[in-house]
Amino acid sequence: MKAFQFVDVRDLKSASQALGRNPDSTRILAGGVDLVSELKDRIIEPELLVNIKTIPGLNGLKMDAKGLSIGALVTLDTLEFHTGLWKSYTALAEAAQSVGSPQIRNVGTLGGNLCQRPRCWYYRDEAIKCIKKGGSKCYAAEEDADNKFNAILGGGPSYIVHPSDCATALVALGATVKYSDTQGQIRSVSADEFFLLPKENPAQETVLRHGEIVTEVWLPAPAEGTRSTYIKFKEKDSFDWAVSAVAVKVVAGPSGLVRDVSIVLGGVAPKP
Amino acid sequence: MQQKTKKIKSVVVENGFEKEVEIEVPVGPPASWGDPKALRLLGKRNTRPDGPDKVTGRARYASDVILPGMCYGRFVMSPYPAAKIKSIDLGPAERINGVKAAVLLLQPGADVLYHGQPVAAIAAITPEIAEDAIRAVRVEYETRPHVVDLVKATNPNAPKVRSDVPSNVQYPGGSTKGDVDGALKSAAAMIHETYEAQTRLHCCLETHGHTVKWDGDKLTVWASTQFVTGVRDEFARDTGGPQNVTVITEHMGGGFGSKFGRGTEGIAVAQLAKKANAPVKFLLSRAEEQLANYRGPGVRAEIKLGASADGTLTVGDVKVWNNGGASNANSPLDQGFYIIEPQARRVQRWGVLTNTGGTAALRAPGHPQAAVIWDMALDALAAKLNMDPLEFRKKNHNDPVRVAEWDLGAKVIGWNRRQRTPGSAAGTRKRGVGMGSATWGGGGSKSADCTIEIKPDGKVRAYSAVQDLGVGVRLYVQSIPAEELGLQLADVEPIIGHSTFGPGKGSGGSTTTASVAPAIKMSAVQAREQLAIVAAKKLGAKPEEIEVVPRGRFQVKGSPARGLAWKELCALLPPSGIKAKGDWNEASDLQASGVRGCTFVEVEVDTETGKVTVIKALGVQDCGFVLNRLQAENQVTGGIIQGIGTAILEDRRMDNVTGRMLNPNFEDYKLCGSFESGGVNITLDPPYRTLGPEERGIATIIFDNPTGKVSGIGEPAIIGVQSAVANAIFNAIGVHVKEQPATPDRVLAALASLKGGRA
Ligand SMILES: Cc1cc2nc3c(=O)[nH]c(=O)nc-3n(C[C@H](O)[C@H](O)[C@H](O)COP(=O)(O)OP(=O)(O)OC[C@H]3O[C@@H](n4cnc5c(N)ncnc54)[C@H](O)[C@@H]3O)c2cc1C
Repeated sequence: MKAFQFVDVRDLKSASQALGRNPDSTRILAGGVDLVSELKDRIIEPELLVNIKTIPGLNGLKMDAKGLSIGALVTLDTLEFHTGLWKSYTALAEAAQSVGSPQIRNVGTLGGNLCQRPRCWYYRDEAIKCIKKGGSKCYAAEEDADNKFNAILGGGPSYIVHPSDCATALVALGATVKYSDTQGQIRSVSADEFFLLPKENPAQETVLRHGEIVTEVWLPAPAEGTRSTYIKFKEKDSFDWAVSAVAVKVVAGPSGLVRDVSIVLGGVAPKP
Repeated sequence: MQQKTKKIKSVVVENGFEKEVEIEVPVGPPASWGDPKALRLLGKRNTRPDGPDKVTGRARYASDVILPGMCYGRFVMSPYPAAKIKSIDLGPAERINGVKAAVLLLQPGADVLYHGQPVAAIAAITPEIAEDAIRAVRVEYETRPHVVDLVKATNPNAPKVRSDVPSNVQYPGGSTKGDVDGALKSAAAMIHETYEAQTRLHCCLETHGHTVKWDGDKLTVWASTQFVTGVRDEFARDTGGPQNVTVITEHMGGGFGSKFGRGTEGIAVAQLAKKANAPVKFLLSRAEEQLANYRGPGVRAEIKLGASADGTLTVGDVKVWNNGGASNANSPLDQGFYIIEPQARRVQRWGVLTNTGGTAALRAPGHPQAAVIWDMALDALAAKLNMDPLEFRKKNHNDPVRVAEWDLGAKVIGWNRRQRTPGSAAGTRKRGVGMGSATWGGGGSKSADCTIEIKPDGKVRAYSAVQDLGVGVRLYVQSIPAEELGLQLADVEPIIGHSTFGPGKGSGGSTTTASVAPAIKMSAVQAREQLAIVAAKKLGAKPEEIEVVPRGRFQVKGSPARGLAWKELCALLPPSGIKAKGDWNEASDLQASGVRGCTFVEVEVDTETGKVTVIKALGVQDCGFVLNRLQAENQVTGGIIQGIGTAILEDRRMDNVTGRMLNPNFEDYKLCGSFESGGVNITLDPPYRTLGPEERGIATIIFDNPTGKVSGIGEPAIIGVQSAVANAIFNAIGVHVKEQPATPDRVLAALASLKGGRA
């Protein structure tokens, strides 16, 4: 990786300030699982890393009658080992548990999981300047390209698939993503709207503008009779990304009549 | 009659001075490993002495060596699959602070033939600076059209891979036996199929490379190699002779056939260290390893196979295309069959050039490819004949050991649980059972020495230059002398992997153990003979009257009270102790070539997702005299794990558009681990039971073939695995995944072809 500066920040505002305006020159560092591989593979070469792990208050997890609040810095294994989550937000617990390996879940954060970059092998190849990296075309869409793991829905002009397991579960569970804008104001957006299709902006996968930071994920308390699950299909049984995945939430009345259902697909489109 | 004697070297003390003398000893009975039942250590399930070092991280690999002032090497690799180098400017890299040396590996004007081909190399004071520096080197390329796909490369209009040869389709060859066309016409059942065994990467967990240090003309090399003395001889080209090179390989993290020579990285590191005037560590990065290094060539074959109604394999008509990358490659399928031989056969073979880099031996070079193709064809034909695939094989092959192994394997896996008609299982999760077979040499030759040293304090050291490729060499270097001298394992210190310990042996062709173990045995025998002379003198007996009993006691046969405990005996040795080095020529009968082996696998195929899960796998492997049962079983287990990866995961992706390899990593080039192989090892002992339907894991049987001779088995262990998985899938779903590996997409495509065919 290219040499960079590193700064620990204490609050969101100074984080935004440190991040500045030039998207190429700075990056947010949380657990670093994805970011460090992007650095090592020279997909990005920022001059400054802004470590947000030193910001207090971003790693809380609170569950009450109204719902569940998860700080952006909460690690995936915290979600995996939370019994309350298994009971009320099963899909999220299952999604978190399905991520990578124990070491990755021990370090990787929920915020980082949602903001991780695509796995498309053309994107991850240093020598290929694809549309996601400011180039003019999506290599996966070329005739004769190897697009085995690329989008079958919602693609164009880029054909990445979103790699996050938690994202798929969160959209199905009707989550809200909270983030701090460059002024330090907290904004909210539904998980569904948090993610973008490439036709809206091929260079990024979320609504976040440079300098904005995910602070929290909020999930409403499940209605009476709610059940949810996340099923991930991968080629390899140990760590692997989803070839395809599905998160389902069903709300059933006392008679068993289904009142509400949401089905969200992962691994097949640029957003869940 | 006078007893026959022979001369051996020993040390005596005369007038207070030690001197080496030749002494005469009676010629004993011919060397033999002895009756396995009478042995205390050999043939048992002992653990390797370096296990704790490896588990705790104490074991020192070339990658672990850190020297003061050391620099780190990196390659400048070609980003293009096909280009001419117009110019190279190392200057911008050399001017970076911390860069200590830069060397050219190709000259301007040279062609690059694959993505990742090394062009230049850099040494810098940190790996990160080296990474910066390789990107600063300015290389101007004139790109040319490329072709990376084997089939596309055979098209006459395809871009030419090499400018020095007229066509990509090269190295024609073939042979014919019998009336092939006639037999094809009269066959009662026939198949005509095209199969492809994929190209694979070696994926050594420790990447290739060396840490080197110059002291004047002398060079010390810590090498990750499977041939310590071979690498020494290659570095000797830079040092004016092998006497100036020391190669050390205490431990190494896998080679699988790709680490015999020092490689381009070795050529580079010696130059870099000289230029930098500093030690240099050049262990490849994972990307460099997957790109710049070798691969095991893929094989494609079009096969017509015919049989008579009774199941006699009458004819095979085979066309083989070997994917040699930018050079040639071949496979055992070039002979037109694998193990099971048709009565009449014709084979035509070609080597096909592609812009995909060089090839090297990969654990049983060419055999797994030949086996999987041939075994798929055999099972397809057996299905046409409505015949049990095992019965079909037995009808056409009668080596008694092999047939016994097949029968045992079939019994243990639960062969009768297979689908009588392939694909006939109900439901969407279909089980199937399949088999594959191996053939290998594994014999030894005179090569490596072993010296055994015994000191007056009773310490025993066994030295050999041989490296441990990971198979547990230290254990037999330790246990053979311990067995011979009546000692415990811990009483012998095995010291290996150092080029100064005399001639070495490359770990290749599964010949290492069969070469080294007899040498150790003869040295141990000689050490015992020398000690017997000392003991006899002290006890007033003849050397041939001395016997060794446990705890290293040397005593007079028939009167056990007249004896010397180990420590008492060793205390009589001269101050520098004794050294023993046996003569391999007397040991040649301790090894033999020619092993078989087979694999049986049960899979479950999810026909909705295409996912293949290996439920259980069984390896049955003969190796003649078993030096250590646990290590032998480990070899088979390792072969099965690697083979399952070959069968369902390992999939190098070459991009037709850019000509680049898209997955030079371990995220998308997927390897088999414990999750994918069923997780557990099942230990089996005679009488062998049948595994339960729901039992999961890997089972191994070291087949008892009492030849009394040692053969190597590292390679045969993998050969039949891909076959067995491919045929188990066929048994489950009624169609083969003809282009390997059987990833979910290919399984679904195969299922779809079946529906298409039936519609
Ligand atoms: C081998 C391997 C396997 C993996 N397997 C999976 C898998 O199966 N499923 C899956 O979902 N993921 C997988 N991942 C991806 C991912 O690394 C982890 O899921 C992890 O959650 C990332 O979290 P992190 O805290 O380490 O993120 P980081 O690496 O620190 O950050 C990731 C990205 O998000 C940005 N970022 C981080 N936090 C914030 C924030 N609060 N606000 C705004 N931007 C932010 C960073 O700038 C960076 O671009 C895998 C990664 C690896 C290396």
